[in-house]
Amino acid sequence: MEKANNGFKRLLTQMKSGIIDNNPTFVLVLGMCPTLATTTSVTNALGMGLATTAVLAFSNLFISLLRNIIPKQVRIASYIVIISGFVTAVEMLMKAYLPSLDESLGVFISLIVVNCIILARAEAFASKNKPLPSLIDGISIGLGFTLALALLGTVREIIGAGTFFGVPLFGDAYQPAQLFIMPAGAFITLACLMAGVNYLRSRKR
Amino acid sequence: MKEIFLLMFSAIFIENFIFARFYGCCPFLGVSEKPDTALGMGMAVTFVMTVSSAATWTVYEYLLLPFGLQYLKTIAFILVIAGLVQFIEMFLKKFVPALYSSLGIFLPLITTNCAVLGAALTNIQNGYNFAESVAFGFSAALGFTMAIVIFAGVRARLRLASPPKPFKGMPIALLTAGLIAMAFMGFSGMRIA
Repeated sequence: MEKANNGFKRLLTQMKSGIIDNNPTFVLVLGMCPTLATTTSVTNALGMGLATTAVLAFSNLFISLLRNIIPKQVRIASYIVIISGFVTAVEMLMKAYLPSLDESLGVFISLIVVNCIILARAEAFASKNKPLPSLIDGISIGLGFTLALALLGTVREIIGAGTFFGVPLFGDAYQPAQLFIMPAGAFITLACLMAGVNYLRSRKR
Repeated sequence: MKEIFLLMFSAIFIENFIFARFYGCCPFLGVSEKPDTALGMGMAVTFVMTVSSAATWTVYEYLLLPFGLQYLKTIAFILVIAGLVQFIEMFLKKFVPALYSSLGIFLPLITTNCAVLGAALTNIQNGYNFAESVAFGFSAALGFTMAIVIFAGVRARLRLASPPKPFKGMPIALLTAGLIAMAFMGFSGMRIA
């Protein structure tokens, strides 16, 4: 019982580290392309975040399982092959079951392959740790990424389109500030959110 | 010829890789501290993207299509790009050491630059032929280079400014990128291609 409790505590710390202290978007500033490109609505942002989480969790697990077999010299190439295998799987599943989401995310599903977060976690964590912690690391970093994307998507969709999950919020009289769902708005929203996170972190200390 | 020119103009200004499509934002934010390094990165990307557009188009048309393996295109393209980058690195090191010493450090980073894979996939998605693919890869990379050099110039000035504390570093840089993107929105009124 004691041991299980300890394990659970460790798990919670690891989750917190992935989601908050080492948040890939706001703290590490990794994986910016999907963050900026797919957050025009909450639905797209969540879809992208969860797809990335799935790839990250499975690639971390498998890279960790294979960590003693993969030769050091070709490790990056091997990681890329493993990652792109899972990306292709996600891509095909999405085409089959969520065609409308696949349509709106477009090429960015394939571009999960070159998301630096995934390669960074493979190199920094999964290649040095046991399978279970690697899987948990993948899930928590992925959830941190999803959370950041959803936050960005919420702000952009509400201000830029006046809707939330596609449901109109303010009635017909509201004129949405379309700038926020355009590319320029992505940069500006992310800048403001990042500054907000910095402010909160500096106050906590 | 006119189509190619329009396609190139559109790829550089209207559909700029950074400011309209968000391909290649990692190096855009990561390697834009100084204008010279930004230019070096841009040139390396231009070189790789032109060659890789040609290579991936050929692989898709003559290897994947005839065997009905389109669903493997992500894996195939990333392998082609990784191999190509490795080959270019070795080639430059051996035969053009001067160029290698200026571009060498950027080359390994390019494998995970989504602009390169993004261009390869866009070529296929839009059904470009060989010449159009190469022209698109080259001009999209030129647009990337232009964006990263402009941004690095602004960032060099930003270092002397004193923004509010929470905005220091990345947030103010992103805000500037937003303003540049807004300027680029002016091009979107030009519907030519």
